[in-house]
Amino acid sequence: MSDLRSPLARARGHGSARDGLHHWWAQRLTAIALIPLVVWFAISLVMLSGADYDIARAWIGSPLVMVLLILTICVGLHHGQLGLQVVIEDYIHGDGWKLALIVAMRFIAVIFGLAAIVAILRIGFGG
Amino acid sequence: MSVANRPVHRPLSPHLQVYRPQLTSVLSILHRATGIALSVGALYLATWVIYAAASPEAYSLFQSFNTSIVGRIVLGGWLFCAFYHLSNGIRHLFWDAGYGFELKDAYRSGWIVVAVSLIATAASWVVGLRLL
Ligand code: HEM
Ligand code: HEM
Repeated sequence: MSDLRSPLARARGHGSARDGLHHWWAQRLTAIALIPLVVWFAISLVMLSGADYDIARAWIGSPLVMVLLILTICVGLHHGQLGLQVVIEDYIHGDGWKLALIVAMRFIAVIFGLAAIVAILRIGFGG
Repeated sequence: MSVANRPVHRPLSPHLQVYRPQLTSVLSILHRATGIALSVGALYLATWVIYAAASPEAYSLFQSFNTSIVGRIVLGGWLFCAFYHLSNGIRHLFWDAGYGFELKDAYRSGWIVVAVSLIATAASWVVGLRLL
């Protein structure tokens, strides 16, 4: 099969996203970690149908759920962040817009992730 | 010709307007669409615990959306996106490991993904609605 990269790109040794191979592995590792997490969360969500405030808080605040929920949210946001970067790179042309959107998207992911961790710990440890 | 001047042969994108949709191409774009939907869903999940930590009033505001018709459709739709992206993601991981590239295999695994995600979605809707 012919090499799809230009001679310059080949010489630079970068992937399509400048950091392609690393990014590719992070996407796969987080995908594998998410298989059990998403199954667990989907089942929990169905089982929580109709749950009220107290039931929901008791569930979120139990020790095992706290750990799994934090993992699901953070690994999910991280995997999503890596995936959305590729989507933005595919569809947005112009380096400025591309960079701005990717940075904004990452900020949103990090802020929501941290806020969720704080919220879960607060529910669990009663702040 | 020197290496630097050698023309680069890149593949052409298919022209979507003249392409008949095929199972394989539809499933591929659905993986991207559900990935984007799940990313929004992850933010929504974060919002849920943030509201639960805030106050009973804030939480009931959030729940009033979830329990509305639109909210039920969104949550039920999230389940489909999750099951689809999950099973098709596993299909992707098999490809990454080098398995299932024959056209026949790609179609067979594609139909399995369709069946698994529809059955899992239907089952969870039935159980979820019974618990309400
Ligand atoms: C709260 C959790 C996490 C946050 C906020 C986070 C954030 C980030 C950010 C902003 C980057 C830079 C992205 C880039 O350069 O493309 C990154 C890169 C990376 N992360 Fe995470 N991460 C988290 C969890 C994880 C986990 C659980 C893994 C392991 C599977 C992981 C593996 C990696 C790897 C391998 C890279 C390098 C990817 C690359 O250079 O493209 N991270 N992370
Ligand atoms: C919170 C859950 C998840 C979110 C937010 C999410 C989001 C995304 C996004 C935005 C993409 C990029 C789509 C594209 O480039 O076309 C992606 C790709 C991918 N996802 Fe997920 N995903 C989730 C769960 C999973 C799970 C459970 C798996 C399990 C196998 C998985 C496997 C993959 C794989 C293999 C890719 C790369 C596909 C490719 O190379 O085109 N994802 N995901």
